[in-house]
Amino acid sequence: MQMPTPDARIIGIKARLVERLQGVLPKGSVIYDEHETRAYECDALTAYRCPPLVAVLPSTTHEVSEVLRICHDEGVPVVPRGSGTSLAGGALPTADCVILGVARMNEVLETDYDNRFIRVQTGRTNLSVTGAVEENGFFYAPDPSSQLACAISGNIAMNSGGAHCLKYGVTTNNLMGVTVVLMDGEVVEIGGAHLDSGGLDLLGLICGSEGQLGVVTEATLRILHKPEGARPVLMGFNSAEVAGACVADIIQAGVLPVAIEFMDALLIKVCEEYAQAGYPECEALLIVEVEGSDAEIDAQLTLIKEIAQRHDPVALRESQSADESARIWAGRKAAFSAIGRISDYMCLDGTIPVSSLPYVLRRIGEMSKEFGLAVGNVFHAGDGNMHPLILYDANKPGDLEICEAFGAEVLKLCVEAGGCLTGEHGVGIEKRDLMHVQYDSADLEAQMIVKDVFDAKWLLNPAKVFPLDASENRRAVAIAAE
Amino acid sequence: MTPQNEEELAAIIRDAKGPLSIRGGGTRGLSVFGEPLSTAGMTGITLYEPGALTMVAQAGTPVAQIEAALAEKNQRLAFEPMDHRALSGADGTPTIGGAIAANISGPRRIAVGAARDFTLGVRFVDGSGEIIKNGGRVMKNVTGYDLVKLMSGACGTLGVLTEVSFKVLPVPETQATLVLRGLTDTDAVRAMARALGSPFEVTGAAHDGETLLRLEGFEASVTYRAQALRDALVEFGAEIIVMDAEESADRWRGIRDVTTFADQSGDVWRLSCKPSDGPALAKRAGAEARLFDWAGGLIWLCVPEGTDLRADLGEFDGHATLVRASPETKRRLNVFHPEAPGVARLSQGLRDRFDPRGILNPGLMGGGRYADDIH
Repeated sequence: MQMPTPDARIIGIKARLVERLQGVLPKGSVIYDEHETRAYECDALTAYRCPPLVAVLPSTTHEVSEVLRICHDEGVPVVPRGSGTSLAGGALPTADCVILGVARMNEVLETDYDNRFIRVQTGRTNLSVTGAVEENGFFYAPDPSSQLACAISGNIAMNSGGAHCLKYGVTTNNLMGVTVVLMDGEVVEIGGAHLDSGGLDLLGLICGSEGQLGVVTEATLRILHKPEGARPVLMGFNSAEVAGACVADIIQAGVLPVAIEFMDALLIKVCEEYAQAGYPECEALLIVEVEGSDAEIDAQLTLIKEIAQRHDPVALRESQSADESARIWAGRKAAFSAIGRISDYMCLDGTIPVSSLPYVLRRIGEMSKEFGLAVGNVFHAGDGNMHPLILYDANKPGDLEICEAFGAEVLKLCVEAGGCLTGEHGVGIEKRDLMHVQYDSADLEAQMIVKDVFDAKWLLNPAKVFPLDASENRRAVAIAAE
Repeated sequence: MTPQNEEELAAIIRDAKGPLSIRGGGTRGLSVFGEPLSTAGMTGITLYEPGALTMVAQAGTPVAQIEAALAEKNQRLAFEPMDHRALSGADGTPTIGGAIAANISGPRRIAVGAARDFTLGVRFVDGSGEIIKNGGRVMKNVTGYDLVKLMSGACGTLGVLTEVSFKVLPVPETQATLVLRGLTDTDAVRAMARALGSPFEVTGAAHDGETLLRLEGFEASVTYRAQALRDALVEFGAEIIVMDAEESADRWRGIRDVTTFADQSGDVWRLSCKPSDGPALAKRAGAEARLFDWAGGLIWLCVPEGTDLRADLGEFDGHATLVRASPETKRRLNVFHPEAPGVARLSQGLRDRFDPRGILNPGLMGGGRYADDIH
């Protein structure tokens, strides 16, 4: 994985840049000491690291605007950062960039239960948005596994999903408005407490643009009343194929569970050790959750269990208590960290049509043998969003490269099967050079002209999302202009 | 001009010498100055996977054809696109491309999302004649920028849709509607807020004199929630009756299509606002004929011809779209709400890049040319 050569001109103006940034930010908000900038050298894609030139931690939209104005003026790239939980390297710095962290901007600005929204500063963590409204019975629906740590800013940048988006949708479906600061410092308000855009859907464009179009500092988020109750059921099967067939039957039957999650034998084992959730030992486990009153849950689960019975499950068990449900979910949401305790791993995020699940899982198994690296599978089966976890040894020379080659083949397989490279983690640097697999040059050009409009100098998170060769001319023009 | 496929369409746009008036079924009266370019020749369902809840169709495919194919598998377009014909008097055929290009969503929008939320992928031809694809046919896709959202609601001004893929949902076993009688607009909006702020999954909340709350799902669940919701709304003191499935479906079709204004003369406006602002906005508009949908967040108003409603409303959190009016009024007042300067500049920048010659529905969504044509 390549990154552009750092610009010596920018590194040469560090002292002036720091001075100018200190001039617009409170004391302690500009980090430039080489030991301290190391704290920002990577995100959750830890295989790649590079300390930034400077990191800044503004506290207000106005301060963000001032920072961007200075960086725009000086021609310095800016990499926005939420909590640094990106699995795709979305917040990976370059040696000539300013990291703009929004972590200090975590206030709730407004809660409105009658109109069912909350307005927050985007450094606030996903789970603490729900935390701010749950006393009144409400919640914020998108629930990425990293929700305890990840920030709303990053959720918006990557259009994050989660286990329950089968019913509630992903970030873009729950985002009503943003305050966004453009690279030249202009503050733009888009959307608000009403639904849908009166003109072009710029909100939908900004969500998922990986911090390349602007820095979102405030967000209006849709909140919902919690269901009366929820209950997961565990279903064990002898093979992934059978589990996949069961998923399709459930969906076609007209029941729409809030979540259908899949784990294979390896993941069942490590997650069970972590959470003691009582997962059955089997080749393929489904966690299917439904919501409603007790009677509604009973009715839905009766139907779902009837469908499961037709596929000869080796285990079929409803959660018996709130505590058991919590452990079932704790195990699932800890899947990545649980795997991390036994091995280095790379987490993929390709999404495929649900109907292709059995074929793609079988092919991944075969490729695992070809490449000589083990794979664990855990994913959102209801919407075909896979998370193959490729295990490798970071200390073994060449292993990371084999792992990346294997990962690339899996993602190509996803695209061939009618799917896409990434369902919820984003492209970042990780899938950047595979974009050609899914999009031809005209398709990529149509995306890059959007960045031209929002960030003409290509200074915001510039070396991400698009293959370096595809964006080279645009980035070179920006550098030459300085 | 009615191209039969994407390549023909691309050639037409490449060779165009002047403005093109892009239309799907032509049911919404959005036609602008320019040579008519219809997507009606590009039809057909390309792929339907009921088990994956997805369909891919050519942009000119009639919505009715899609709904019929879905009904065979007991599925539907959950965003409930409005059929504008009752309101507009047009005799065209609503197309899936038109519904998505204009982001047309009905009453269920508050519960499940808009047309743009169900659209998974698009193919389109931009203003230079380039064929472009974005998104795909899977439920979750964050690969690159989301041009799918940008194209949903761009009304053909950035490109002409040729193919769309979208998510569909199962048809619930049954539905019922709670009808509250005698509430003022203000109390109706409060009652609708209470209902939507409950755990009972209301999939429609409208007020047209009577206040309507729709519930959908399995029979036992609907019965249970109807009672629970009735209990939760006791304090509003309204007489409450429950409408059965058939009557409920009819009534919501009428709400969706705003049939109440079909035979009334006057201009029809559509306001998207913060729901609790709705009653005061409707009052400020001075319109006798009004229909609240989306729990008050969508207001349909019928006002005397030529009324500049935006001037009467002043600043508010939302936007007002002129849906039915004479071409002169539409040109004078613009169909779409004026944008704040920052947003307007970005939108114009996108139009300049996707349609450098300014030939796709020019001026419809801003840029001024639409208004200039009559001078």
